[in-house]
Amino acid sequence: MGYVAVKGGTLAIEESIKRLKLERVKQGRTIEVEKIQGGMRGLIDQVMSESSLYDETLAALAIKQAEGNPEEAVFLLRAFRSTVPRKHYGRVIESSDMQIERRISASFKDIPGGQILGSTTDYTHRLLDIYLKEETDQSVQAWVKDYLKESLEIGEQASKLTLPKVLDYLRKEGLISTCENNDQEPDDVTRQSLAFPSTRSQRLQILTRGQTGAVTSFAYAVIRGYGDLHPTVGELRVGKLPVTINHPLSDGQDENDAYYIGEVKVTEVEMLMPVLVEKEYGKKEMEFEIGYGLCFGQNETKAIAMGILDYCLEHPNKEFPSHNEEFVLYHIDSVESSGFISHLKMPHYVTFQSKLDSVRKTKKDKRQEVKS
Amino acid sequence: MNTAYNFAFFDEGSKREIRRATLKAIAIPGYQVPFASREMPIGRGWGTGGLQLTLSLIGKRDVLKVIDQGSDESVNAVNIKKLVSDTTGIITTDYTAEATLIQSRHRIPEVPLTKDQILVLQVPLPEPLRYYEPSESETKKLHAEKEYSGAWLMLFEQIMKYGSMTTGADHPVLVHDRYVMAPSPIPRFDNSKMNASEALILLGAGREKKVYAVPPYTKVVSLDFEDFPFEPETFEDKQCRLCGSTGVFLDELVDELTDETVYQCNDTSYCLEKLNTVGVK
Repeated sequence: MGYVAVKGGTLAIEESIKRLKLERVKQGRTIEVEKIQGGMRGLIDQVMSESSLYDETLAALAIKQAEGNPEEAVFLLRAFRSTVPRKHYGRVIESSDMQIERRISASFKDIPGGQILGSTTDYTHRLLDIYLKEETDQSVQAWVKDYLKESLEIGEQASKLTLPKVLDYLRKEGLISTCENNDQEPDDVTRQSLAFPSTRSQRLQILTRGQTGAVTSFAYAVIRGYGDLHPTVGELRVGKLPVTINHPLSDGQDENDAYYIGEVKVTEVEMLMPVLVEKEYGKKEMEFEIGYGLCFGQNETKAIAMGILDYCLEHPNKEFPSHNEEFVLYHIDSVESSGFISHLKMPHYVTFQSKLDSVRKTKKDKRQEVKS
Repeated sequence: MNTAYNFAFFDEGSKREIRRATLKAIAIPGYQVPFASREMPIGRGWGTGGLQLTLSLIGKRDVLKVIDQGSDESVNAVNIKKLVSDTTGIITTDYTAEATLIQSRHRIPEVPLTKDQILVLQVPLPEPLRYYEPSESETKKLHAEKEYSGAWLMLFEQIMKYGSMTTGADHPVLVHDRYVMAPSPIPRFDNSKMNASEALILLGAGREKKVYAVPPYTKVVSLDFEDFPFEPETFEDKQCRLCGSTGVFLDELVDELTDETVYQCNDTSYCLEKLNTVGVK
């Protein structure tokens, strides 16, 4: 009889996967995907943004499968995304067409259309609400009904609200320089890998799918001191943007032939950076420049951080890593960073043996030197 | 077989795109070709570069072998094999000679490869110059200008500091007198197997989004100096405790009973074949 290979690996994996499932279900309760979708908006928005995939139901499913671990949920959705062919490309979206749910400016109190707080945790007291433990489907349904009735009574506008951009107002005043719309086809980093120097569309794409924590931390470093910026939020808006595609059978770009395929909720931020600009005869003037952030869902911290980093990468500065495009763009992707860190758990027996051999050689050589 | 996905997981467009990058890599031995690496259902850093090459190349008649650090049964090798056979229905093997496509992490099998085989190596860090130059745009320039003094200096400094070159696995090689290349962290022991290899060797780095190749019969030389020649790992008089092989890469183990250091073939399928043909223990 011949020798047979040890079949330990296969069996161990199978058992490990069972253990994983056990951890998810051992309390004898399962959480429905609709419940995740209903109550975990923050996590869904974060996961959709980092996955570059806008689908609340799939995001909720991924969150369920990942037991709420965002890095794992993003991983699942990105892998799914790899198998989906590109059938259409969306038409250019103007963000002034956004149906506003929330819109604020930290730079100007009186903005055309006014400040609209919408839904935000900004002014909540972060006190644990113990009553939420008792919340039931019935109690929330009753609350919603009352709320809607009340807002009808006070005549709240049900119409779709669009508002002019705050920055357009500043442009009219001549406080920021005007710029042409650039509707050039953006580079797609998922179809052609990033090369340096990068284009702005590549940078914005990588920033918007970056890991929320990483993007936030790098931008924090910039404004805390490892950077040269003192930005202000020119405008932050949260709302829905309509997505349309061209008629697949006609060559034309005619808007009237386009199809509306749905809407995406996004957070858009335009940051203002005061900068000194040198004019004729060495005369210096203060001007404002812009950093732009846009992400899927309501991800305000990330969108602001993205706006800061967009500006940093537009203005490289060797002194600060956060102004270095390779440093920022190569290291903020959730799937890449978590993948490479976690690969350290894999066996490194051969590579380690090889290093051991080198280390032993240097020790042996030293001993021989001492002897001679 | 999982029919919810296309054959070999990817859509055909993605496979074609990876194959195009592969063809370019074969045409320019040792040159790192960027490609739009897809996110895979296994971890970025767990062999997604190799896996993408394997999936883009595999056909219905292929026989696949996957090894991880020498072992067919290592958990990650098993996992990759499972994913490929789930999405293709192809058969897998442990026997090196039987395979048409071999995906490996950090080892080249002991059994010499033939012209009918393709070896796919998983690469964590494809840039051999990264050790001393963190910037990608800089290393691209250095390769373009064939400016490799940094690589030599790195080895020189090791000799000055430690008395010998202290590279572990991943000792840099010069491919066909043109590109300095990271052989992926194969042990130095395996570097010579790349030289004039009969089999096509493809190297894929998923996270770093690069593909490169050593086409058959390409000259591959490990970097060294006349007075400090390249030295592979040595196992001197050691032999495998199971099959008795010498002159192969050995794993160093501790016998729990006797507390002695013992050695065993790292290439598990090679060891098994030896045992079955010679029949000694």
